[in-house]
Amino acid sequence: MPDPVTIQAATSTSGLLQGEITEIGAAQGTVEIKAQGLHYRELNSRLRDLVQQGVEKVVLHGVMGQRYLGTNLQKQVRVTINGVPGNDLGAFMDGPFIEVLGSAQDGCGNTMNSGTIVIHGSAGDIVGYSMRGGRIFVRDNVGYRVGIHMKEYESVRPIIVIGGTAQHFLGEYMSGGVLIVLASQLGPDECHPTRYVGAGMHGGVIYMRGQIDTTYLGKEVGQASLTAEDEWLLQRHVREYAQYFRADAERLLQGPFVKLVPLTKRPYGRLYAY
Amino acid sequence: MSWASIENRYHDDKVYDACGLFGFIDTTGLRQGGERIIAAVTNMRERGNGLGAGFAAYGIYPDFAEHYAFHVMCRDEQTRVELDGYLRKHFAVVHDEPIPHRHVQGIIDPPVVWRYFLFPQSAQMVGRSEEDYIVHQVMTINSQMEGAFVFSSGKNMGIFKGVGHPEQIAEFYNIQDYQAYLWTGHTRFPTNTPGWWGGAHPFGLLDWSVVHNGEISSYGVNRRYLEMHGYLCTMRTDTEVFAYAADLVMRRHALPAEIAAAVFASPLWDELEHMPEEKRRVYRALRQTYGPLLMNGPFAIIIARGGEMIGLGDRIRLRPLVAGIKGDTLYVSSELSAMYVAEPGLEYTWMPQGGQAIIGRLGQSLKLTLEPGLHATHVEKELSYA
Repeated sequence: MPDPVTIQAATSTSGLLQGEITEIGAAQGTVEIKAQGLHYRELNSRLRDLVQQGVEKVVLHGVMGQRYLGTNLQKQVRVTINGVPGNDLGAFMDGPFIEVLGSAQDGCGNTMNSGTIVIHGSAGDIVGYSMRGGRIFVRDNVGYRVGIHMKEYESVRPIIVIGGTAQHFLGEYMSGGVLIVLASQLGPDECHPTRYVGAGMHGGVIYMRGQIDTTYLGKEVGQASLTAEDEWLLQRHVREYAQYFRADAERLLQGPFVKLVPLTKRPYGRLYAY
Repeated sequence: MSWASIENRYHDDKVYDACGLFGFIDTTGLRQGGERIIAAVTNMRERGNGLGAGFAAYGIYPDFAEHYAFHVMCRDEQTRVELDGYLRKHFAVVHDEPIPHRHVQGIIDPPVVWRYFLFPQSAQMVGRSEEDYIVHQVMTINSQMEGAFVFSSGKNMGIFKGVGHPEQIAEFYNIQDYQAYLWTGHTRFPTNTPGWWGGAHPFGLLDWSVVHNGEISSYGVNRRYLEMHGYLCTMRTDTEVFAYAADLVMRRHALPAEIAAAVFASPLWDELEHMPEEKRRVYRALRQTYGPLLMNGPFAIIIARGGEMIGLGDRIRLRPLVAGIKGDTLYVSSELSAMYVAEPGLEYTWMPQGGQAIIGRLGQSLKLTLEPGLHATHVEKELSYA
């Protein structure tokens, strides 16, 4: 294990009006990095070097839009991010546990393979884009097309848990995996604003707590009643969500939950057949 | 030699990525230098590729506030002299000078950049309104005078743009030295059209400016419709139709920005079907009247004019746009991180629904107009964004 080090950029690319980090506490076995002004290539390659040297915990400070963080680490390390990570956070990620103390941008968990991403804030569009495995927990809201084309294979099943609500096209073209939306900030009379949920969906399952507007439901999904297996799955993942964000698991688990599943595995199978 | 062969130094005509845009308005009218817009746009480095960047600034010419400020670019000094003669023949020129600029490493073969403060005399306008006369003259110069372009023509505002990365263009024009209450900025990644000086964003006409990320698939229809109303597309890129459409709908037809947003990014037909009767009639009438101004395809834009900034995304949000508020200042950006670079102390941030206009107006308090449930994230104090 190397000594804790602090890496700082020699020059800042965006120079102005960035806050200074005055204290870097270097705890045992943890490496802290001032990410300010570091280009994503440099930052990711430093991360990879450290992880290959055996570092198990990395804390990044002052992250401001650097992309692809957590990609190509291939180990179960823990990365804590202070600031706003850039697009494609955890893209192709395989193993790490990433915790963001703030909000994430677009494409979080793009084609992610395994590991966990926990976001203490909101996340942008296409969270979990083509995700193949692993889990993403978002405390607040998410943008458009979350879970687009998620997939699963046998026991490898990606999970996304969203504490707030989602914008349109949730689970678009979804072909596997699990989406759970908890509506923690919606009142009892409020409906999810989400339209076109599950458009083109042909696999996987979506659970939405509270009310949904069925007028704009995707044409390829239908509602199903919850089975004991569904209850067990919700229990497990909602409790984990509550643990990360100190939420009231009992309240959230009271539901009621709407379960959405695809009507067919091949919605467009006959589109070009005439 | 053509513009394209000079300006597009990579000689590529099709590459794929995304542009980055940023804008903010201090609704109290307090002016500030360009440092923050430069830092914000520069932070989105990955969104551009050095083939275009630019800034629009409002409130920068208080000494000439009543005169139109023409920013022009000319292929060479001889063309500039010709343009000079034309402008003096058709306007009263109050003052003119080179736009202050300096040599910047990486900025290759810049055109001659000049600015004129001028006004039309009534005898010259022959029945046109002052604004229509300006539009007519800008169109005439840009379409008929080879190698000369008017790229900014508003009062008390200015557009500064060219081929380069945002920090290079900012340095070239000394952007930090201008004082403005409304700034927009852009970094370009040209996809379907060449990267040349006139094709950089913002695009402007009168005091309109537009920065854009995306692709206007309906360009052909929009262009033909605008040509019928006297707007000629000369910049060889789709974005300029937005500037002209804004002028037609919001100045000449005097529609407010909220309604103009429903023209450019109309609700989908099935959403119209579910509207209350009265509202549906309004939206249907808008589509019937302004069908050719529907902007189809993926886009996020910031439209600005004196005293007003409008952020708008396409109806199904195929390009990103986020918004934030600190005090009396409204921010709109392609990326959240850029907003925190400009303002580490943001109080609220949110993701506007596609087609929902985010509007900041001088002298009006900022109201959060959010869909139920999509509450703005109230930024917690304990989180460190610095």
